[in-house]
Amino acid sequence: MANEGIGAAVRRKEDARFLTGRANYTDDINRPGQLYMVLVRSPEAHAELVRIDTAAAEAADGVVAVFTGADLEADGVGGIPCAWAVDHEDGTPMAEPVHPVLAQGRVRHVGDPVVAVIAETKAQARAAAGLVDVEYQPVPAIADVAGAVESDAPQIWDEAPGNICFKFGIGDAEAVDAAFDGAAHVVTLDLVNNRLIPNAIEPRAAIGEFEPTSGEYTLYTTSQNPHVIRLLMGAFVLHIPEHKLRVIAPDVGGAFGSKIFHYAEEALVTWASGKLALPVKWTAERSESFMSDAHGRDHVTHAELALDDEGMFLALRTKTLANLGAYISTFGPAVPTYMHAVLFAGCYTTPVIRAVVHGVFTNTVPVDAYRGAGRPEATFMLERLVDIAARKLGMSRVEIRRKNFIKDFPYQTPVALEYDSGDYGGTLDVALELGSWNDFETRREEARARGKFRGIGLSTFIEACGAAPSALAGQLGARAGLFEVGQVRVHPTGSVTVFTGSHSHGQGHETAFAQIVCEALGMSVDQVDVVHGDTGRVPFGMGTYGSRSLAVGGSAIQKALEKIIAKGKKIAAHMMEASEGDVEFADGQFTVVGTDKSTTFGEVALTAYVPHDYPEGLEPGLDETAFYDPVNFTYPAGAHIAEVEIDPETGVVELVALSAADDVGRIINPMIVEGQMHGGMAQGVGQALLEACRYDDDGQLLTGSYMNYTMPRATNFPFFATGHNITHCTHNPLGVKGVGEVGAIGVPAAVINAVVDALAHLGVEHVDMPATPEKVWRIIQDATA
Amino acid sequence: MPTVSMTVNGKQVSADVEARTLLVEFIREHLDLTGTHVGCDTSQCGACVVHLDGRSVKSCTMLALEADGAEVTTIESLSNGVELHPMQAAFKEHHGLQCGFCTPGVVMSVLDLVSRNPDPSEAEVRDWLEGNLCRCTGYHNIIKSVQAGAAAMGG
Amino acid sequence: MENFEFHGPSTLDQALAAMGAAEDGKFMAGGQSLLPVMKLELAAPSDVISLAGIEALRGIEADGTTVTIGSAVTHAEVHESEAVRQAIPALADMAGGIGDPQVRNRGTIGGAVAHADPAADYPAALVGLGATVVTDRREISAEDFFQGMFDTPLEDDEIITAVRFPVPERAAYAKFANQASGYAIAGVMVASGDAGIRVAVTGAGSCVFRVTAMEEALAADFSAAALQGIAVDSGDLISEPDASAEYRAHLVSVMARRAVEACG
Ligand SMILES: Cc1cc2nc3c(=O)[nH]c(=O)nc-3n(C[C@H](O)[C@H](O)[C@H](O)COP(=O)(O)OP(=O)(O)OC[C@H]3O[C@@H](n4cnc5c(N)ncnc54)[C@H](O)[C@@H]3O)c2cc1C
Ligand code: FES
Ligand code: FES
Repeated sequence: MANEGIGAAVRRKEDARFLTGRANYTDDINRPGQLYMVLVRSPEAHAELVRIDTAAAEAADGVVAVFTGADLEADGVGGIPCAWAVDHEDGTPMAEPVHPVLAQGRVRHVGDPVVAVIAETKAQARAAAGLVDVEYQPVPAIADVAGAVESDAPQIWDEAPGNICFKFGIGDAEAVDAAFDGAAHVVTLDLVNNRLIPNAIEPRAAIGEFEPTSGEYTLYTTSQNPHVIRLLMGAFVLHIPEHKLRVIAPDVGGAFGSKIFHYAEEALVTWASGKLALPVKWTAERSESFMSDAHGRDHVTHAELALDDEGMFLALRTKTLANLGAYISTFGPAVPTYMHAVLFAGCYTTPVIRAVVHGVFTNTVPVDAYRGAGRPEATFMLERLVDIAARKLGMSRVEIRRKNFIKDFPYQTPVALEYDSGDYGGTLDVALELGSWNDFETRREEARARGKFRGIGLSTFIEACGAAPSALAGQLGARAGLFEVGQVRVHPTGSVTVFTGSHSHGQGHETAFAQIVCEALGMSVDQVDVVHGDTGRVPFGMGTYGSRSLAVGGSAIQKALEKIIAKGKKIAAHMMEASEGDVEFADGQFTVVGTDKSTTFGEVALTAYVPHDYPEGLEPGLDETAFYDPVNFTYPAGAHIAEVEIDPETGVVELVALSAADDVGRIINPMIVEGQMHGGMAQGVGQALLEACRYDDDGQLLTGSYMNYTMPRATNFPFFATGHNITHCTHNPLGVKGVGEVGAIGVPAAVINAVVDALAHLGVEHVDMPATPEKVWRIIQDATA
Repeated sequence: MPTVSMTVNGKQVSADVEARTLLVEFIREHLDLTGTHVGCDTSQCGACVVHLDGRSVKSCTMLALEADGAEVTTIESLSNGVELHPMQAAFKEHHGLQCGFCTPGVVMSVLDLVSRNPDPSEAEVRDWLEGNLCRCTGYHNIIKSVQAGAAAMGG
Repeated sequence: MENFEFHGPSTLDQALAAMGAAEDGKFMAGGQSLLPVMKLELAAPSDVISLAGIEALRGIEADGTTVTIGSAVTHAEVHESEAVRQAIPALADMAGGIGDPQVRNRGTIGGAVAHADPAADYPAALVGLGATVVTDRREISAEDFFQGMFDTPLEDDEIITAVRFPVPERAAYAKFANQASGYAIAGVMVASGDAGIRVAVTGAGSCVFRVTAMEEALAADFSAAALQGIAVDSGDLISEPDASAEYRAHLVSVMARRAVEACG
């Protein structure tokens, strides 16, 4: 049998259905008698809702119902909850205004849903939506996070004076100030981390269906975590008990964080299907996605690094304004705080760190996790500062990093996290080799001869993922657990179905998770099917985000497999008339140590289901479930190198090479790992060079389609180089860390460091993202003027 | 309502449709061939690419009535689900897909390329994919897959 | 998208008759501009009259001095045409740089010209090469044809049947594309031939325009160096968040120089 266990590049089991057009995305599903929902969304960034007249829409052809916020309120529908509250540093709770499913009284961003129109066909619903007459009384709006905290800024919520949701702080301010006072060198940086729109290629969609005889609701939705949606929507919004609410996330066409959150449309179709006793379907138009999917990033940061004469980091001090948008999204507050500020040690031994983050309301779409979530922002800030420091101190960019690397593990950072393992120097070596760092200068000169500015950039970073442990998360404000569930069902003839609370929307769980089973039970992937994305089939789960699937979900499966093997040993011992302690299991065989007695896993499985001759007191069946709650985060780390060439005449930055060396922990499937790295790297390049969500001063979205939001295309990239330097996670049973986000985290800083390197001879110290042609051209103009 | 008739994946189909029905709506909603996707409303993502008389087109930017009398092929025509077309097999072998949403459009698009250029260079494949957005793969493995698929097809 | 009546005429007369009977009719060629506009409900014609089935609008003819392209010829056909490549390689190259392969497989020269998008490529080609727009009732020189943003002298019921290009001695097109949309921020066609020396710019302003100062300089010395120091006035150009007027003005100079270099 070919090795299909851990470490094998098994081709994906799920690919055939995607390649042949047989996949099943939410919009591919149609339920008998289904109605179609279209939303009337606010064209205003900030306005009082003076009057909503739905009469003409209600009278239109095919219209079944028209609902407003008042209808929902009258029915007791709750607001959309936040799943992770962040307190002010003084311990008082954050401002948490209600986020209504449909706007009430006031609209707060362009795209805010106001009215739901439901009709027999989509065209009818759309036409009727055009007949809804909403009178808006615009009030001043603010989209810009820095502007929103000015004293004269428009106020978005009465309960959030100064538009402040929370003032978060971490680290010892006095110790940091003292370290700065005595430092030989201080470097400072003011930066903007550009706002992004996730743009999974599948637009969001949802279908609600109600079965009157059982009172059961089913929601089909484009989600990364159907159980979380069931929990949030069932408990807080619609008050439907779990056993009457089934949430199915079928094939999902990419997500990158944007499909973690509970969205208004999910609640609307579910609620309306109950009211109308017919299925209700909604599918986003792309232009709707732009103004309703949660956006990412959008920070303004001031950062300072203190160093001694030798280039050792003494202290870091930062202040960040984080745009939360108009409403608090599911994990909005956690992203700039517990996913961001606690990462500020990076790979370095900086002894004291002080980080302040203010969460700020603006008249924009809510901001929440987008691939990397907080960690790309942390890495960008830190790795830019380190480069600036290296130049100021006249040190090499490699040596300053190496010198400050953490070398002994476990390592307690001054910002809460404890790293369990890593080898940052070794990973850096792999990257320097991949990126041909040492002979770069000849390439720079060769480019200069062609009239181009060539630069190379490095970033070394850690990522905390697989968040963790529930008790700690609870202390920090999480309102849910962060464990995962794995169920391994061995069938009578020995094949296996795995039920996982993680969700695959491109990550290849159906293959990688099967490999974990193959490794443990000694079978082939064909004998293992993985079920995910259905609260009606999977016992429980927290879903897929923050690179947690393998570290937490995979570990749960591993724990369940351990239970299967333990029970199998009992059965095998009975079958072979040996004592349980003498039975070993390997390669699919139970053997009695020191004898030639053995029996196969299949025979044991059959015996478990046909227990004619069976151990006394043991339950029949071979079906085990494990809930795995990690004891710590995992800490993947990497070193990324980008090489760019700038055309000084036009400002165009061409990415000519991109290399990533990562320590992602133990690798289950190297092919999938590489693919995950590629995808993250591309999104990192997108942030660095192409993508920017822009609002104008009145809060109008300027980048509302692919005509003006630049999506990375195939021509934007060279082939990537990837490599590894693996250390195992010490605290989960698989030794795995996580790979989903590394590219998005490490690459933006590497690319901008390369851009700055290319322009350094002009005295350029910093370039904000994205480094678009006109911006770069102007920098060159100004520097050479 | 006007009647539209065309050959879809070798089968003659005919239906009464509203004039405004897009080809992609006809394919997905009338014929229930849901392998062709919709990813945008500005004709840029390419999730909807099918072949019209042997050339790739965006089925979201065509009326069903414009395909009257034409031969349309969609991703479903390439394989019975058991045996993969060489291009599909290359995508599987080289991990040219992740979430799979862009994949049918990408595959139909590059088959048009390979029919004109049996041995495309890396740069030619990248250029050709101007109209296909993929958010998952970073395109790296898509390019590898297309080149391998073209070779397997005899290029 | 609003519903409409669809017509699929096979002759020009049928098309004109259908238009005559329509309350608010629109011709449709490849639909690559019209359908996106209709999907956004920025246009809602009562009747859509497809020109795709009219044989008389197809075909490319070249004799040593002119190339005549039927209005329903697609961008892909122009790009791949041996006749066009022989006579005016710059035109074949330009057509191959429009949008993406799928847009090129549907979109037509007639549609692109009639639409008169200020960021489209064909206007620079027509004006730069000194082409003539041929309709069912008259001939209009390219310079008279493009009057402003989406603005042409076409009557509502007038059909472009072909575009006629004189064969230049040399010509080249250089395009700086918007990174998101792929349309031109500055696209410059430089040509010299019987129509004189022309420098036509698309994308930068609200309508295609010629740069006389550059043309004069090139007439004296057809070289990239001759363009040194000649710039267009940014005051006449469009400003957008990702490309200001000043940047566009600069790009016009750069693209003009690159086009001259590509002329060989
Ligand atoms: C994703 C995308 C990217 C694109 N990128 C570019 C680009 O980079 N550069 C570029 O130049 N263009 C670009 N385009 C536009 C493309 O070139 C269109 O094909 C072209 O503008 C219109 O041609 P059409 O045949 O599709 O016309 P249609 O959309 O059918 O019609 C456009 C207009 O012209 C009228 N019309 C059409 N034919 C005639 C005729 N024979 N006589 C009179 N009126 C007529 C119609 O009534 C309509 O008003 C892009 C389009 C898309 C969708
Ligand atoms: S759906 Fe995006 S191009 Fe057709
Ligand atoms: S594989 Fe997900 S968009 Fe391409």
